[in-house]
Amino acid sequence: MSVWHFMAQNRAEVFQLTLEHLWLVAISMLFAIVIGIPLGILITRWPALDKPILGSANIIQTIPSLALFGFLLPAPWFGERADRMAILALTVYSLLPLIRNTYVGIRGVDAAVVEAARGMGMTDRQMLLQVQLPLSLGVIIAGIRVATVISVGLATIAAAIGAGGLGELIFRGLAMVSDAVILAGAIPAALLALLADFGLGLLEKRLQRF
Amino acid sequence: MSTNSKSAIEFRKVSYRPEGSAEILHDLDLRVHAGETLTLLGRSGSGKTTSLKLINNLVSPSSGDVIVEDHPTRTWDIIRLRRRIGYVIQDIGLFPHFTVERNITLIPRLEGWPVGRVQARLKELLSLVGLDPQLAPRYPRELSGGQRQRVGVARALAADPPILLMDEPFGALDPITRSDLQAEFAALQKRLRKTVVFVTHDVREALLLSDRIALMESGRLMALCTPKEFLHSSDPLVATYVRSAGADLDGCDRGEA
Repeated sequence: MSVWHFMAQNRAEVFQLTLEHLWLVAISMLFAIVIGIPLGILITRWPALDKPILGSANIIQTIPSLALFGFLLPAPWFGERADRMAILALTVYSLLPLIRNTYVGIRGVDAAVVEAARGMGMTDRQMLLQVQLPLSLGVIIAGIRVATVISVGLATIAAAIGAGGLGELIFRGLAMVSDAVILAGAIPAALLALLADFGLGLLEKRLQRF
Repeated sequence: MSTNSKSAIEFRKVSYRPEGSAEILHDLDLRVHAGETLTLLGRSGSGKTTSLKLINNLVSPSSGDVIVEDHPTRTWDIIRLRRRIGYVIQDIGLFPHFTVERNITLIPRLEGWPVGRVQARLKELLSLVGLDPQLAPRYPRELSGGQRQRVGVARALAADPPILLMDEPFGALDPITRSDLQAEFAALQKRLRKTVVFVTHDVREALLLSDRIALMESGRLMALCTPKEFLHSSDPLVATYVRSAGADLDGCDRGEA
């Protein structure tokens, strides 16, 4: 049975799992953005925190994803449901590119522009919102882009703990030794990653004109 | 009050040493009179830019006081202080994501001026610095170097600050644009009579634009005199600077302003 044949026969399930996959990625990216960007801003204001925070995010990044699920299993509330665990894991994995790009983006704003802004009497808040964030938006979006693409791939592992998503088909295919079933999960996942990369890439280019 | 009111800015025994490095400024005593153009002249590393940044408190003195309008900078609300001081730097630092209009009107807007007043001020400033009003909706990257520096000056003047700090504002321009802007600035200053502190390493620029020249070296004030006195000074260091400016100084000797 070819992969196309399988997908056509199981359209409803493939579609359902794609939606689940998207949902896992979208929710975790939302959390990662809400946590990561403020942390990135924070460490530009408190340089003493930059090493500990970037270092912790870095260490999290090095934990193998399956092992991370194992660590999360005994966690209160999160451990109760597979999708909660998956979202938490995807969120922490996405933090590093977001924190780092926010930090690097803000620090990378032309020093003369920042000096002019300070010298003219902008408050720190005005400088952040009107100058530093708008000028680093392209770099921050690049971080979101990297994190999203990684998340789409990582979310396939979430099926290992029963959180659903396209990984279901991949694991099922592995168990059945069926390339068609594996590919029915892998191809839509790859397409999602490419689509996210392309779409966010366009946005990044638009915002990087300055 | 009465003794101080003539000096807009005063350095009292100001030293500056950043943590863990050598002293940049040593025991500077200097008064800038209201309405004069005072040039801080010196080579790189002489402490002239640091002196300028002490005035708007981008750096704070390690010891001594910088008095701006009768109050030490450390007692000023830092934002209020800076908004009373126009600031122009060599790299201009225009906001690349703002149009010319938004760059120029930034401070009036932050100060909450009504729209009509902001627009009127914009028109006034554009003509003051010799910019075509049609440039208002453009972005800085669409302008020439000279136009950008004019925008920088207009932006610094926007809220009509009594004090203007200029750090080698014409340093990055080609010679012809530079001398145009120098001449225009001299004419502008004649009308506006701001208190201007001007940093340069260009002796001719200092002679052309200043009421008084403060010569600095290694963080110390070496000489303080009018351009005329500067040209005829017997001080060996001043003489070195005069010689370095070359032979064509006749046009610069405009005497005391």
